[in-house]
Amino acid sequence: MPHDHPHDHLSPSGHPFRTDNDTPLSYFQTMEIAVRELLIEKGVLTPAEIATQIEVMDGRSPANGAAVVARAWSDPAFKARLLEDAGAASREMGFDIGPLNLIAVENTAETHNLVVCTLCSCYPRNLLGLPPDWYKTRAYRSRAVKEPRSVLREFGLDLPESTQLRVHDSTADMRYIVLPARPEGTSDMDESELAKLVTRDAMIGAGLPRAPGG
Amino acid sequence: MGERVRVKAMMPPGHVRAPAYLRGKTGEIERSLGAFKNPEQLAYALPASHKNLYRVRFTMAELWGAAAETPQDVVEAEIYEHWLERLPNAP
Repeated sequence: MPHDHPHDHLSPSGHPFRTDNDTPLSYFQTMEIAVRELLIEKGVLTPAEIATQIEVMDGRSPANGAAVVARAWSDPAFKARLLEDAGAASREMGFDIGPLNLIAVENTAETHNLVVCTLCSCYPRNLLGLPPDWYKTRAYRSRAVKEPRSVLREFGLDLPESTQLRVHDSTADMRYIVLPARPEGTSDMDESELAKLVTRDAMIGAGLPRAPGG
Repeated sequence: MGERVRVKAMMPPGHVRAPAYLRGKTGEIERSLGAFKNPEQLAYALPASHKNLYRVRFTMAELWGAAAETPQDVVEAEIYEHWLERLPNAP
């Protein structure tokens, strides 16, 4: 009877149980632990300070960026300040983005913007939180500068040839947020309603904002 | 658009922030970003000098030639001044 217990490896929800992380630590995991313990031992940092910083970073989310985008859609003067200095405009809204140097790039009828970091995983974490896993993959990082339109089609976005695509490679000190075009049919929506239309992928340029009621 | 520049085709060892796919390629300065500490020194905890940083715009045609997906699309990247050489502006 080859299939006496076919579901032993599945949880009650029908999914496989996650295996325990019993593999040995990698070189860099070991180094991170060693450096962290040394910093604590020498009194440079306390465990509580480290935990607080992790909580602060985990508290950042794409909702912060969505609020910035919605403000720009609602307030032309704010939008002008955002395009002039996105870091200052984000701080003006009360977001603690630390030393982040941020540039906002605007999608228009003629231009679509896409953000990548080909060298590593640079991302406006201090505003949007941690990047999605796909953003850090070699496939995305190499293909976004070579065949970005094919990548966008896989995300469900088929750009017309008449739209110029600008790919922003975050190679050094700046980070980027895409200011998507405000969707049609949203003229009676307020800022908080607009913010709900702004997805993380739309602020990377890998997607468009949601349609109202969609 | 701004000045025409070419990214130097150097291949030094160590931590650099000029991606290999842009080395030797010609683009235009999109904007100047001001001076930042040189990451090639910062990465090794050396005293770092300030270097001017520029956003440079490259066409897909320049980067990928006949293999370009859409030749008039562009890549914009941040390149430090010591990686750039000025070129005479096209007529």
